Amino acid sequence: MEWQDEGVLIAMRPHGEASAIIEVFTAVHGRHAGVVRGGASRKVAAIMQPGTQLAVTWRARLEDHIGSFSVEPLQSRAALLGDRLALAGLSAICAMLRVALPEREGHPNLWRATMALLAALEHDPDWPALYLRWELILLEELGFGLDLTRCAATGSRDDLAFVSPKTGRAVSRGGAGEWADRLFPLPQCLMGQGPASAAEVAQGLAITGHFLARELAPVLGNRPMPEARTRLLTMLEKRR
Amino acid sequence: MAETPRDIEQLIDLMARLPGLGPRSARRAVLMLLKKRGAVMAPLARVMAEVAETARDCQVCGNIGAAEICEICRDDRRATGEICVVEDVADLWALERGRAFKGRYHILGGTLSALDAVGPDDLRIPQLVARVREEATREVILALNATVDGQTTAHYIADALEETGVQVTSLAQGVPIGGELDYLDDGTIGAALKARRKF
Repeated sequence: MEWQDEGVLIAMRPHGEASAIIEVFTAVHGRHAGVVRGGASRKVAAIMQPGTQLAVTWRARLEDHIGSFSVEPLQSRAALLGDRLALAGLSAICAMLRVALPEREGHPNLWRATMALLAALEHDPDWPALYLRWELILLEELGFGLDLTRCAATGSRDDLAFVSPKTGRAVSRGGAGEWADRLFPLPQCLMGQGPASAAEVAQGLAITGHFLARELAPVLGNRPMPEARTRLLTMLEKRR
Repeated sequence: MAETPRDIEQLIDLMARLPGLGPRSARRAVLMLLKKRGAVMAPLARVMAEVAETARDCQVCGNIGAAEICEICRDDRRATGEICVVEDVADLWALERGRAFKGRYHILGGTLSALDAVGPDDLRIPQLVARVREEATREVILALNATVDGQTTAHYIADALEETGVQVTSLAQGVPIGGELDYLDDGTIGAALKARRKF
């Protein structure tokens, strides 16, 4: 078995004295683990950092073996090390991909969104809004996408102001009635309308966080959502 | 083939757990020790037993010494108002080998790690904040690895120390002594360019 792909390193742990087991999120093969011989050596330490974009070749005798990777660096994310918010964003992306995605299942939409988000971390100061949209895509890819196109109660497409915490569907102001205080306020940026203020991004992340925590509960067991995401939210909250 | 006595096998198994040693190299090391029982093995066993008995984690900085407070923390000449924060005792030893730093240290005992679920409460960060408040600290130098986990920890500590008003600095990143640009990764070159100074 052998294939070549492009991927982002999302996790690495030493394996024996000199090797490493890495997890990469690849364009075609999704989240995939493999052994890198010599991957724990100092020579390749700069490459073996979360967020590094790699050209990978995976080889194994049988498909269900863990197999081994040979890796070539394509793009380093070292520039983010000095930016505390962007670094928190990078850690959150890697942690969420690792926790949420099943192994060996391609997610081309999420891959494209991830590449765009990683590029934005370095150049676009409004990347938190992109991160919010990325979490929406992550939910969609997991099969739990929110339906924000029409009101769950009235069917109307106008005046959508809330999200139901049970169904993940939008609810209009009229349709919410006395239930309004039990619903999430729907920030307009979640529907791709208008610029996203820090407060709106925080509102949006509360919604995606609620559904991610609920849908990932079987995977997470009794553990909370990844600490890296919580840390990012705390930093974004401080910025408001 | 004759079996190796059980005690010796046990010794080989224990030695094989040491970093850098596998079963074969542990076997070679044990064989060497057995051949030099009087000259090497007995003194080594005696010293190891003594160190196991006397070694202590310093209550102030987390360094390993022979007393509750390590030599560095007891030395008044090192009360320069500077605390160098490192991940591990090995990093402290590396800095001491360089003899460039004359202040005191604080050992975190690891870095924040999403992968290994190491959070702020698992590290000695609250003790550092308390030290900065109690001691007359002018500067905290973050000497942490230039990795995602190391720098995430550095930013976290800088945030935690913000209220104390202490100056927080970090080690420079760039071209190492003897380094050739052609062999450097693009991240290091980028960091070096960013931190360029007047020549």
